[in-house]
Amino acid sequence: MTVLEDIVTDENTSGQMDVPEKTGPRTIALVGAPNAGKSTLFNGLTGGNAKVANYPGVTVETRVGLFETPAGSQFNLIDLPGIYGLSARSVDARVALSVIQGQTEAFNTPDLMFVVIDAAQLRTHLQTVLQMQSLGKPMIVVLNMMDLATRDGLEIDAAKLEEKLGVPVVAATSTRKAGRADLLKRLDEVMASETTLQESAAEEPDLRHVQTTARQLASEVILHEPGLNKLTRTLDNILLHPVAGTFLLAAILFFVFQAVFSWSTVPMDMIDGSIGALSGWLAGVLPDNWIQSLLVDGIIAGVGSVVIFLPQIIILFLFILLMEMTGYMARAAFLMDELMLKVGLNGRAFIPLLSSFACAIPGMMAARVLESERDRLTTILIAPLMTCSARLPVYTLLIAAFIPPTAVGGLFNLQGIVMFALYLIGILSAILVAFVLRKTLTKGETQPLIMELPTYKMPDPWELLLGLWQRAKIFLRRAGTIIFAVSIVLWVLISYPGDTLRTSFAGMIGRVIEPIFAPIGFNLEMVIALVPGMAAREVAVGALGTVYAVADAEENTQGLAEALQSAWSLPTALAFLAWYIFAPQCISTIAVARRETNSRGWTALMVIYLFALAYISAGLTYWGARSLGL
Amino acid sequence: MTDTITIRDLKRGEHASVTGFTDAQAPIVRELREIGFSEGDDIEVLALGAFGATPISVRLNRTIIALRGGEAAMIEVARR
Repeated sequence: MTVLEDIVTDENTSGQMDVPEKTGPRTIALVGAPNAGKSTLFNGLTGGNAKVANYPGVTVETRVGLFETPAGSQFNLIDLPGIYGLSARSVDARVALSVIQGQTEAFNTPDLMFVVIDAAQLRTHLQTVLQMQSLGKPMIVVLNMMDLATRDGLEIDAAKLEEKLGVPVVAATSTRKAGRADLLKRLDEVMASETTLQESAAEEPDLRHVQTTARQLASEVILHEPGLNKLTRTLDNILLHPVAGTFLLAAILFFVFQAVFSWSTVPMDMIDGSIGALSGWLAGVLPDNWIQSLLVDGIIAGVGSVVIFLPQIIILFLFILLMEMTGYMARAAFLMDELMLKVGLNGRAFIPLLSSFACAIPGMMAARVLESERDRLTTILIAPLMTCSARLPVYTLLIAAFIPPTAVGGLFNLQGIVMFALYLIGILSAILVAFVLRKTLTKGETQPLIMELPTYKMPDPWELLLGLWQRAKIFLRRAGTIIFAVSIVLWVLISYPGDTLRTSFAGMIGRVIEPIFAPIGFNLEMVIALVPGMAAREVAVGALGTVYAVADAEENTQGLAEALQSAWSLPTALAFLAWYIFAPQCISTIAVARRETNSRGWTALMVIYLFALAYISAGLTYWGARSLGL
Repeated sequence: MTDTITIRDLKRGEHASVTGFTDAQAPIVRELREIGFSEGDDIEVLALGAFGATPISVRLNRTIIALRGGEAAMIEVARR
């Protein structure tokens, strides 16, 4: 199975697509350059009721939604990844072209295309229209973001363009209902006359010829064309400035991380409190038997330990979406490109890697924007080294227990510095691993960078909320399915056959593998906690609580911290932290890596190298700390 | 015109028009054409990367495209 089929069928099997019916709604594909506003048009038409296939990154999702025209016809709308023309280098672009050409079983072959272009870029983007026309499919050209183009002073003779192209051309402002009315009206007209839905023979266009035709056409239909958007020019002078721009990017990233942690405390405490209240209530009303234990200690504790990260994920995605919608994300990729290139990555890998700080899963999926398979593989392989939010509970617990809050240099605090160091070690290792991979296993020519920097725009608040809602929904769905199932399995592992964790299955597994961990300073209790911690990193906190018989370890971290202080030496604690920087302890991430790489070999390589790094660094930390007399 | 110059040779703020590609057969040229670079187009160098003056932000008509030095060196231009 190719990666492409894998992605497409995955969306199919997850029940996202309706089985094609001859009498059912017709299918329309949204086609066009990236940043032309396809997703906004999609949200506007469908009201945002999209079926998103899986945990999405940013703009790398294939969504399907339903909408109705004033005349009452219904249509399935497919939101495809952006493409400029017919050569498909990225996985994304291949998905788009195969859907348009009906080469996949997973989607209905589109009956019609909406070719969406940014009206403000008509001169350049007309050639996209002409290339799409060469496919021979019926289409309506949507001159999108007409309001912004008009505000800039651009004048287009849309009637003449329609006459010259021989297909309907509609001006639209997809953020507003009135701006979409014309498009719907034209769609009804097109559907009424069957002749316009006829397909013509596809012909391979000569690109040079397409360009000449496009430029000629542009000069005929563009009545007045002002220079570049002034705001964009001014902002780029600052934001892309070699010194000021780089400094601002660093400041923005610092602010984002600060916000992710400080803004999330209140909602996280609220979720924590509600989960605790629910557990308490259930423990009170249910008889004290295994059902109660399964519900309270297994399911609620397990699912709760993941749901609690929802605020952090939402805040991080808020900033990622804002950067994406304003047009800043492409600038960040621009600024980072040369540095990323030095370690063998593409500037555009910046987006997936940034997402990985929330969770590696959306990060790996967002890597689909990368055109080169090697860049994509490298990015997926290093994504787990970005410190995801699931490591935080473990870091927080151990730092609170073992690192004194000593002031350093008057401004900083030793605990904060250790936390920062853990993040930094992750990033530096990622750089190192990427560098080594690109010199060895993912060796290959440097891929070119050809990337449009979109005009700066104010984000639409409704779009923003919709994007956040979709991401929250997918995160919660994951908690409700995978984590739910894993919680039950873990509960069985730690509850049977004996009465205590030591005599349980987890305890038995722990004893078997303990000799492997003894050389790096891990004791039996830690090893037992690692067994359930394989499912998700944060689960280890609760498991340590169970091992040391601290009641309500997740709420009562103070008690757990004290228990750990007396049971662990400082070198052991530091070794455990070092282990956590690298260890790939998250079944979901491994599963997603398997699907995104479509290879057992690459997935195995990722798991093995991460465990190896974890083992080596924990060992070095342990023996290093001991030799220093800590 | 004496020597052929490319976008790579332009300084920040310089205007030029596209005259062709150094190697018309290169696969990358197809991509450059697809995103919009075409003979006769008006371009302007807007910004250069901090490290080694790459990538390069180029205004192409009313669109802005980022290219690395290598790609920029494939697009032949004439100064305006």
